[in-house]
Amino acid sequence: MLNVNDINVYYGSIHAIKGVSFEVNDGEIVTLIGANGAGKSTILNTISGLLHSKTGSIEFLGERINGVQPHRIVGKGLAQVPEGRRIFLQMTVEENLEMGAYTRPNSEVDPGIADVYERFPRLKERRRQIAGTLSGGEQQMLAMGRALMSKPKLLMLDEPSMGLAPLLVEQIFDIIKELHRSGTTVLLVEQNAQMALSIADRGYVLETGKIVATGTGQELLSNDAVKRAYLGG
Amino acid sequence: MDITVILDYLIRGLSLGSVYAIIALGYTMVYGIAKMLNFAHGDVIMVGGYICFFSMSGLSSHFEEGSVAAMVVPAVAGTLAAMVVCTVLGVTIERLAYKPLRQASSLAVLITAIGVSYFLQNAALLLWSANPKVFTPVVGRGSLQVGPLSISYVTLLTIAVCIVIMIALTTFTSRGKMGKAMRAVSEDKGAAQLMGINVNATISLTFAIGSALAGIAGVLFMSAYPTLTPTTGSMPGIKAFTAAVFGGIGSIPGALLGGLLLGIIEIFAGAYISTQLQNAIVFAVLIVVLVVRPAGLLGKTIREKV
Repeated sequence: MLNVNDINVYYGSIHAIKGVSFEVNDGEIVTLIGANGAGKSTILNTISGLLHSKTGSIEFLGERINGVQPHRIVGKGLAQVPEGRRIFLQMTVEENLEMGAYTRPNSEVDPGIADVYERFPRLKERRRQIAGTLSGGEQQMLAMGRALMSKPKLLMLDEPSMGLAPLLVEQIFDIIKELHRSGTTVLLVEQNAQMALSIADRGYVLETGKIVATGTGQELLSNDAVKRAYLGG
Repeated sequence: MDITVILDYLIRGLSLGSVYAIIALGYTMVYGIAKMLNFAHGDVIMVGGYICFFSMSGLSSHFEEGSVAAMVVPAVAGTLAAMVVCTVLGVTIERLAYKPLRQASSLAVLITAIGVSYFLQNAALLLWSANPKVFTPVVGRGSLQVGPLSISYVTLLTIAVCIVIMIALTTFTSRGKMGKAMRAVSEDKGAAQLMGINVNATISLTFAIGSALAGIAGVLFMSAYPTLTPTTGSMPGIKAFTAAVFGGIGSIPGALLGGLLLGIIEIFAGAYISTQLQNAIVFAVLIVVLVVRPAGLLGKTIREKV
């Protein structure tokens, strides 16, 4: 479904992503794990078209998408829930969801919102509230709901567990599994390697801009190097 | 103090303030979206004034003097022409001068905006010379008598236009899909792109709306202060910028409040304190407000949740 082939991304003179290649197949949950600053978000933002690779290619559903403007990529069925959620804090919950459906025909907006409310009843209670007044967990749900509004075939999630209490993290991961069951392919970026690998079909370990290990979720969980570096021994 | 006189000043202040508010909207919307101060905005007003002036004087000879058509057609056509030309001008300025600087430092953008401002003034000087043109108000010079008060048609028109624009813009940004997208872009460009919003098109649209409003403001301002020269736009431009900051830059209701207050303060300061100190007082009030409320009257300081 998604084919990333030898991408190199620079921030000015800093070489942030060094020849990274990986793929996500239809129906999988794939995770990219790695420490802070390893380049996980940079990779997602490059796929979304916000950053550009100097080399290589990114193909989505057989179509080259590097060089395509970010707002067109969303329309092709590739949505991202960005790091730090980045919901529109001054807009209401419902307006945030409407923005998520920006690329969809108007007739899909209301049914889409109804679907999101069914999945996240909490958001329905707060539909008229300004998003900035939501709790961290609710904001994460809104960010995910907003991304779902674009009816993505591939959903990329950047650190959905960040800053959330353990109970909420469980809840968010349950939602990710549920989304996956209902047919959405997921590319998950996480610092919480334990959680991410336990639900992933496959994973890639990223270190200072390079992929250093890959395997199924279970393989990586039992990999000694991965254990030492990311799973606390 | 006579209440009629005070009311008269108040209405004049509201009218002047309405013009400032309409101009301030252009500053505040562009700032909200592109995070830049478009100092050429005032000069777009001047261009609007000239376009309306030439359209009206060109057309009026084709109509019988004193007829209804002679009163209505040139004024309406002149205003529309000013709006269209200003819109095209605003969008062109953004494309040619500001868009290439999207990633540049804000200082570079600011200097460019000042450069565009001088460019427009000098282009106007070249095209239309420094000789002042005397603008004919778009509505007759008459006035409406309300009891002891006499309110000129220009004043009434200005206030009415300001109210209509405010209602239209508020509806657009709170209900329309494009309007909401504008708010999304002004809050977070990256996230807006991830929603599939075309940020460049949204910025162009903002410049288009702001500049069309500048066209209207030019016509209204020139109807009240009819001496038209290539530097006519700079003073109302800088006052409206002050109004936008006063009200809280980036906020549409703030532009309205700031504009109206500024107009009222200016008229009262001129009437009761000193016409020479009028502008100094206006700017002094701005300084006081910014010391007490740095974000302006309706400006928001938002704390992010992590």
